[in-house]
Amino acid sequence: MANIISDETIEYVGILAKLELSDAEKEQAKKDMGSMLDYIDKLNELDTTGVEPMSHVFPVHNVFREDVIVNGDQRDIVLANAPEEKEGCFKVPKTVE
Amino acid sequence: MSLMSLTAVELGKKIKAKEISVVEATKAALDQIEKLEKKLNSFVTVDAEGALKRAEEVQKLIDDGTLTSPLAGVPVAIKDNMCTEGLLTTCSSKILGNYKPVFSAEAVLNLERAGAVVIGKTNMDEFAMGSTTETSAFGETKNPWNTDHVPGGSSGGSCAAVAAEECAYALGSDTGGSIRQPSSFCGVTGIKPTYGTVSRYGLIAYGSSLDQIGPVAKDVTDCATILEAIASYDPKDSTSVKREEYDFTSALVDDVKGMKIGIPKDYFMEGLDHEVKEAILNAAKKLEEKGAVIEEFDLSLVEYAIPAYYVIASAEASSNLSRFDGIKYGYRTEEFEGLHSMYKKSRSEGFGAEVKRRIMLGSFVLSSGYYDAYYLKALRTKALIKKAFDHAFEKYDVILGPAAPTTAPKLGDSLSDPIKMYLGDIYTISVNLAGLPGISVPCGKDSKGLPIGLQLIGDCFKEKNIIRAAYSFEQTRKYESPDIALQ
Amino acid sequence: MSKQYETVIGLEVHVELATKTKIFCSCSTEFGGAPNTHTCPVCTGMPGSLPVLNKKVVELALAVGLATNCQINQYCKFDRKNYFYPDNPQNYQISQLYLPICHDGGIEIETSAGKKVVGIHEIHMEEDAGKLIHDEWDDCSLVDFNRSGVPLIEIVSEPDMRSAEEVIAYLDKLRLIIQYLGASDCKLQEGSMRADVNLSVREVGASEYGTRTEMKNLNSFKAIARAIEGERARQIELIEEGGQVIQETRRWDDTKEQSYAMRSKEDAQDYRYFPDPDLVPVMISDEWISSIRGNQPELRNEKMVRYKEQYDIPEYDISIITGSKHLADLFEETVAICKNPKKVSNWIMVETMRLLKEHDLEPEQIRFSPENLAKLILLVESKAINGNVAKEVFEKVFDKDIDPEKYVEENGLKSVNDEGALRATIERIVEENPKSIEDYKSGKTKAMGFLVGQTMKEMKGKADPGMINKILKEVLDQL
Repeated sequence: MANIISDETIEYVGILAKLELSDAEKEQAKKDMGSMLDYIDKLNELDTTGVEPMSHVFPVHNVFREDVIVNGDQRDIVLANAPEEKEGCFKVPKTVE
Repeated sequence: MSLMSLTAVELGKKIKAKEISVVEATKAALDQIEKLEKKLNSFVTVDAEGALKRAEEVQKLIDDGTLTSPLAGVPVAIKDNMCTEGLLTTCSSKILGNYKPVFSAEAVLNLERAGAVVIGKTNMDEFAMGSTTETSAFGETKNPWNTDHVPGGSSGGSCAAVAAEECAYALGSDTGGSIRQPSSFCGVTGIKPTYGTVSRYGLIAYGSSLDQIGPVAKDVTDCATILEAIASYDPKDSTSVKREEYDFTSALVDDVKGMKIGIPKDYFMEGLDHEVKEAILNAAKKLEEKGAVIEEFDLSLVEYAIPAYYVIASAEASSNLSRFDGIKYGYRTEEFEGLHSMYKKSRSEGFGAEVKRRIMLGSFVLSSGYYDAYYLKALRTKALIKKAFDHAFEKYDVILGPAAPTTAPKLGDSLSDPIKMYLGDIYTISVNLAGLPGISVPCGKDSKGLPIGLQLIGDCFKEKNIIRAAYSFEQTRKYESPDIALQ
Repeated sequence: MSKQYETVIGLEVHVELATKTKIFCSCSTEFGGAPNTHTCPVCTGMPGSLPVLNKKVVELALAVGLATNCQINQYCKFDRKNYFYPDNPQNYQISQLYLPICHDGGIEIETSAGKKVVGIHEIHMEEDAGKLIHDEWDDCSLVDFNRSGVPLIEIVSEPDMRSAEEVIAYLDKLRLIIQYLGASDCKLQEGSMRADVNLSVREVGASEYGTRTEMKNLNSFKAIARAIEGERARQIELIEEGGQVIQETRRWDDTKEQSYAMRSKEDAQDYRYFPDPDLVPVMISDEWISSIRGNQPELRNEKMVRYKEQYDIPEYDISIITGSKHLADLFEETVAICKNPKKVSNWIMVETMRLLKEHDLEPEQIRFSPENLAKLILLVESKAINGNVAKEVFEKVFDKDIDPEKYVEENGLKSVNDEGALRATIERIVEENPKSIEDYKSGKTKAMGFLVGQTMKEMKGKADPGMINKILKEVLDQL
């Protein structure tokens, strides 16, 4: 089964992933994703009926923190790498029209 | 003989015995870097000034008896996906080209508590996505055995730096083989510990459920010693496991009598280079001669590990890497019109082709309508693979096989065909899916003079088994360094 | 003949939990504070940082689930909801989709139409986003991550409500339960309780639901009621004109009383949920559930019964006071100090309610302390001040939580209880008003009132009216 990736799919995935591809990159991405999915389709050979999806390998559970304030004011640290800052905030392009 | 040809533990002993100073050891590493970096490009950042300053501090702490670890004063290189406070940490990506973390990774802190001197950050495949260290935004690293070849990846910089004696040892990270495969290609030893053994806090995530930090060094003794220093239960990492013991060096015993070692028949099918195959089977014979019980068996499901891995790792990566958006840190594009244009241009300009390829794939397999067919299917496959290993470890103490199907390919050969490159991880990837520990130790060279690595896989939390087997095997041969190639 | 339409409403209510620290890091959740001063690498999504779950969040979510009759998922997990927005530092929100902590509950509401149960589909735990400040001067937005990572529960109702009245009754009931549990203060104005409204219309009698829209940005009960009316009207008009309702998210603008579609090509609304690999599952044992149940604080119904027995105040007062956890706490704490439930209830029912209404405030916004209300009551009881002065002082207490004792002292408001001085004043006033004496003698009771008023005026309001009455009567009767 060959996976044909349409222009719309690449466009859509670009929106989801916030990536903007040039036309040449798009063509390449269509090809790459198609062949990767063909390869991944190999998994369909496996009968996984009744198999629980495994996210964690170990049955570790209930890892908690107590509700105690430890952190103080770390604003300078948090803003240290900001491309643009203003008034103690991260500056971003306008988010409302 | 240069100081840097010593193992980390040997160097540490000389420092402790006051035969050499920490500054001398640090300078020796920096000199070697100075000599070889133009040829190899193992490092993204070399922090000569910081390392020398730190060397003096460490010397004082050794002198006053505060620092007693076998690694005190020994120069180390850290893979550039582990945060180092105030020191550039790029993941070999343009998007983090200017990023100086405000905290250090727990594994790095653990090393510093043991008195390590960090001399720099090693090159890698961008965000650890690759098997050749060619996807780095700062140029590829070359294999010290033959600079026309790749060092493997993604921890190629760490492995090349250790092989070329630019540092006494290094930290790498392993998501699908990224410590073991380049260790194999560079003729050094590397361990990927059981998932949860080394804290992931401060490791910039690629595939969070698979990532594990581990040591790269000249021999098994070093690796066990380093692992003992970096392994810890960390309350900051919810997936960190409280282990019963963190003693790995007691397994450095030359004795495999009665040890049951299984060789998966499915690891010796098509695609495996005959010279590699021969070297691996030879190694098995050596262990058998020492009293190990060697048996072939069917592991099964080997060919499903790679597709399952690419679904899981890409899906996690697409989400993990969404934080790089040009707002809080890292690269922001110069010109944009509005928020979404800023996002898209910053990310498209900041990430390289392989990273974009995996983000796209990961976003797609999680998208509406595909989640069950791809993501859940991969998680179910993972469960079956884990079960197959559980079954094998009911019979065997250790599983033995190659770390990679070939020796190091030539520069540029792998990138043209991604799937072919992905296939190179066939023996390592399932170990990450099942959370198991694995080690790669040098076991020979091919006719081109390129190193071959033997992989030993243990059951969860059974690092000691693979350390003992690897150490025993190591006693049958002499460590070789690639310095001929570097003259 | 025009068609009859039924409105079908479901709510997604977000409640900020009353923990000291955030859900995945040890930063303070305190409201306010200079931008980004309650942040750290975890809640700003720095590379390499990892989340660790706050146990208290699970306990509070469980308490709310149990109090709203939910089933508990004893094995629950966190998932990542992926979307890009600047207030979302990782560009994914840690939430629960596949195995939320609670499901299939419901609460009973009462409206003019009678009682009914509104189903709760699920309750899940998640993290709040940061705040965006729009900078008009600089044509940019500023991000403050102080709220980023504050724990939330999202309570998703079934589409069981049919009117704004039912919605308000449901929200009121929910708020009360959560406040009583101490799980949140549920302040709509500060955003610690927020509701998104899912609304569709259908012809009366239809069995299928219509297409729904989701409305966001509703920050008061009034705005919610207006938005429901507005959206209902918009959808009906659309259908009557032969159009179709589109499933979309809309933003309610309360000043313009209109909703706007929030759609853009860049918002695909495909959140690509998957289990968060950085967090491990939460296993909730039977013991844990029973201990949460066992430690459940007194809820409203139990309180109402106890008030009746313990304080013997009117049922109407009880229903108003227990109608707000804050009022009930204030009441009980004040009674504990001044031991006079009837008076405390009176001050809350009359003066407090009057001032709340006057200032358009919710009971949760009351700022005065039980200590100061108790002091005021004791001042009146000991006749140190009279009723009129007390009302005047209470306004100050209500406004600024002043200490009534000090205030009375500093402003010389103490009642003049010197009988001699009062008698002299009264005698003088009686002498100056012969007309009033005549009126009094001829049985016109109004004259008495006039003389009391004059005396009070002379005493600058600081006399005890009872004492004035008594002396005045004596003086007049002697004439």
